[in-house]
Amino acid sequence: MARIELNEVAHSYLPKPVKDSDYALKRIHNVWEDGVACALLGPSGCGKTTLLNIVSGLLVPSNGRVLYDGNDVTALPPEKRNIAQVFQFPVLYDTMTVFDNLAFPLRNRGIDEGAVKKRVLEVADILDLAPFLNKRAAGLAADAKQKISLGRGLVRSDVAAILFDEPLTVIDPQMKWHLRSKLKEIHKELKLTFIYVTHDQVEALTFADQVAVMFEGEMVQIGSPQDLFENPEHKFVGYFIGSPGMNFLECTIEGNEARVNGTGIVLDEETAAKGRKAQGKLELGIRPMYLGLHAGPGDARVKAKIKGVEDLGSYRIVALTLGGQTLKARLPEGQPIPESEVWLAFPPKWTRLFADGRLIK
Amino acid sequence: MEKWPNNKAWLLVLPVFVIVAFSAIIPLMTVINYSVQDIFGPGQSVFVGTEWFREMLADKRLHDALWRQFLFSGLVLAIEMPLGILIALAMPKKGWGVPVCLITIALPLLIPWNTIGTIWMIFTRPDIGLFGAGMNNLLGIPFDHTDNWLDAWITVMLMEVWHWTPLVVLLAYAGLRAIPEAYYQAARIDGASSWATFLYIQLPKMRGVLTIAFLLRFMDSFLIYAEPFVLTGGGPGNSTTFLSIYLVKIALLQFDLGPGGAFSLIYFVIVLLFCFIFYQALQRVGKGEKV
Repeated sequence: MARIELNEVAHSYLPKPVKDSDYALKRIHNVWEDGVACALLGPSGCGKTTLLNIVSGLLVPSNGRVLYDGNDVTALPPEKRNIAQVFQFPVLYDTMTVFDNLAFPLRNRGIDEGAVKKRVLEVADILDLAPFLNKRAAGLAADAKQKISLGRGLVRSDVAAILFDEPLTVIDPQMKWHLRSKLKEIHKELKLTFIYVTHDQVEALTFADQVAVMFEGEMVQIGSPQDLFENPEHKFVGYFIGSPGMNFLECTIEGNEARVNGTGIVLDEETAAKGRKAQGKLELGIRPMYLGLHAGPGDARVKAKIKGVEDLGSYRIVALTLGGQTLKARLPEGQPIPESEVWLAFPPKWTRLFADGRLIK
Repeated sequence: MEKWPNNKAWLLVLPVFVIVAFSAIIPLMTVINYSVQDIFGPGQSVFVGTEWFREMLADKRLHDALWRQFLFSGLVLAIEMPLGILIALAMPKKGWGVPVCLITIALPLLIPWNTIGTIWMIFTRPDIGLFGAGMNNLLGIPFDHTDNWLDAWITVMLMEVWHWTPLVVLLAYAGLRAIPEAYYQAARIDGASSWATFLYIQLPKMRGVLTIAFLLRFMDSFLIYAEPFVLTGGGPGNSTTFLSIYLVKIALLQFDLGPGGAFSLIYFVIVLLFCFIFYQALQRVGKGEKV
């Protein structure tokens, strides 16, 4: 178990990086406290796997240091770091039985056979693998194989952290749910540091206490799932998290109003004051579920056109145009939707301003 | 949906059927036909039943050639398989070294087999050959593959290993390159030594290509003809007379078509039988469950 600290870590796959864009990872500074379940969430190519490989030691970063409990391990190879990693595709030793697979990391470290057996049986019990111990690992289903990969990490009692690199990609949907709750259960029971890489927001938000959203080699926001949903600090977080993502409308600030192609949207005074001072391209952001739809005009309502309605069972998505820009609203089932024109309310509490993609603070 | 009883599709199989008929079935039938007859000349033949088979199976020289053949194939597999894997493991994984190594290693495979025999015959000649003359004159070790049976075997084995190990290398290299990087990463994290990585990751993952390499090398070495024929002509004495060389002697030099036909069929059955046994055995390696 360990507290993992990334100190100004940056990485480039090029031998001599010069530009900012040469870096796959741009200056990451972060601390994962001991025993935390953290998810790294981001689209493909955002650098999350690179970051994971730096933590595990498979990659040595171009810049910066990696610290475990305050000790610099940047130059240490993975086998010296007491770390375990579960990969996207189940990695097994095909010719071995499940028991031998689980025992492999211990046997490689010269632990005596009695202790190996005891530990393997314990771990097999936790992972519900006990009935398969004498079976050949190659013949099992994908979810059992991933459990074995995980088990190879858990058997080592000194393991500092377990890293997951999109471990549920090849698992059937119903098994996904099962395996995810199993992971949560194991985390609660063993209090290990889990770092979980995924591009699936549902996976990240349900699994982790703390989610770090990555975008183009940067960690744009770290926070609890709720925090990321309610207070996105970056346009990408707003857009990537939530279904559908946050609405963004280009705007200018005039007095206490954000003007979207001539239509004025009232903001709270503090937001408007910050917006007046901000530089760069301004955008107004609001989550589809906070957008109010009304059949008639009223105080602080603006008129919009309905483009289409999509029924997703438990809720409906309404596509709207306002001042030539598109936005979406999420409505619970049963709420009536007017024919073609609606009046939108932007609750000031949930209406945010972004300058050049970042929340104005 | 109703199915049309349209059998025209069978016509599409016809070209393959014709090709296989002419390339394999008809020649095989001819051989079977010869093997049960005593042929004196065109139009003069007598049906003799299994006489040739009994005669050939009891032939002392055939037995000798068969044991020689097994020794040869055994040595070929014992040397070329490990050597090929070793070379494949030592080859670079990326960069300009890859094409350089691949092309250099594959060169012997591109040379016509007769030419290979000729190259090695000249190379090992005790009077003018670089290797032969070098052994005799520079190192003072008497070496003459035309006179000494051991020297002849050493020469044939060297030639064979030089000629065919590249095939094993290419197959093993392809197998190695197909292993996903995650396996090596997992092995590093699990603290596996490079020997353990080889034993539990590389070797099992190469099973398919190595099975093919093993079978190809067994078949080809068991059927070897051109290279030793050119190099030693089966001598000195009969010491390098392998099955195919002996078969050609009977069938073409002595023109005993009946015994030759019977011999061919026996030869064919042996190759088929061993390939089947090896294939079954290799399929089972490492698949048994521990209880």
